[in-house]
Amino acid sequence: MDPKEIIARRVAQELRDRTLVNLGIGLPTLVARHVPAWLNVAFQSENGIIGFGAPPPDGMEDPNLTDAGGGFISALPGAVSFDSAFSFMLIRGGHLDMTVLGGLQVDGRGRLANWMVPGKLVPGMGGAMDLVVGARRVVVAMQHVARGESKIVPELTLPPTSARPVTLVVTDLAVLEPTPDGLVLRECAPGVTVAEVCAATAATLILPAAIPEMSFGA
Amino acid sequence: MQRRAITAAQAANFIPDGASVLFGGFMAVGTPERIIDALVARGARGLTIIGNDTARPGVGVGKLIDAGCVAKAIVSHIGTNPVTQRKMLAGELAVDLVPQGTLAERIRAGGAGLGGVLTPTGLGTVVQEGKRVIEVNGRSFLLEEPITADVAIIHAHEADYNGNLTYRLTAMNFNPVIALAARCVIAEPNEIVPVGVIPPDHVRTPGILVDHLVERPR
Repeated sequence: MDPKEIIARRVAQELRDRTLVNLGIGLPTLVARHVPAWLNVAFQSENGIIGFGAPPPDGMEDPNLTDAGGGFISALPGAVSFDSAFSFMLIRGGHLDMTVLGGLQVDGRGRLANWMVPGKLVPGMGGAMDLVVGARRVVVAMQHVARGESKIVPELTLPPTSARPVTLVVTDLAVLEPTPDGLVLRECAPGVTVAEVCAATAATLILPAAIPEMSFGA
Repeated sequence: MQRRAITAAQAANFIPDGASVLFGGFMAVGTPERIIDALVARGARGLTIIGNDTARPGVGVGKLIDAGCVAKAIVSHIGTNPVTQRKMLAGELAVDLVPQGTLAERIRAGGAGLGGVLTPTGLGTVVQEGKRVIEVNGRSFLLEEPITADVAIIHAHEADYNGNLTYRLTAMNFNPVIALAARCVIAEPNEIVPVGVIPPDHVRTPGILVDHLVERPR
């Protein structure tokens, strides 16, 4: 399975019925492709809509209906639109059940960095800082290793997105859970050993007695 | 309270060089493109633009960045505009990055007559630098100051000749909140309809806030 496919399918297992979920730009958007049909999940886009759907067919786009990346989307029956202040009241006010965000680094305390690389890349935080502070559950979806460097580090070397630890980290190799004692290795991806995960991780991992293989549901 | 619509060029003349300008739009969706084009045509200089993002080159406020109209941008995201990043790194353009929800609330505070907002967003990050931390009921918050500007430029779906405005879907974004936060408010609607045509419940921005209406596209 493609690494991004592994991550998206595993994150989809975290979706719960009757919840409001925000998916970040990039890899997190792939999660929407793996929502089981029986699950009633409302997706929010921070630019002002709940209840959006797949891109419309060619030629049927509405220039006033886009996602946070500016791409065309559709509105499902029952969708609602709102302004930016209201959108972040939902996010910051504890009304958002879960957000899925991309990451540059996560450290041993579960802190996320995902908005800039000093001197190289300064995209800006957009809505990420509000999402990490406000969402009830914050799931990071990212590759475990980038350009030969582990993205799971003892201490962030990049500017943090928030002081608040994230809830769960899902990578192409493993599922990690930040706890007060450190990062716990919860699951390994299919065909990946605990030793391989530890070798690809710069931070120290806590290894419980049982570490099952990542499951993707039915 | 009925007023005649003005041309986009006349609107641009209400925005002097050096002015601070709140703009609607998210990735240029909901940005008043005709006012932007008129500012570029006039050769505006030294503007401070305040809004969500700098879009892409050639689109929305990206056109102001391309044409050198902007001295400073106060935005949440510049990752989709390489020209903004290049000019920032070259020292030709000042960029203040503000978390998106904080930006919306600072503008709302400015328009609502508040002395600021207390938000948990940005605590423990570079956003905290130079700001007061205030404890309320045992929780810490950053004091974020209000934002107001000389001019707000709004994109609306419909207007009537009283200046009452409606918005469409994700083109709403920052437009309603900026309408309260500037000394001069200029709205660029897609349509202008007779007074009485828009049901009162559909009006998102009361015309009393709108100083100038730009004529509909020809």
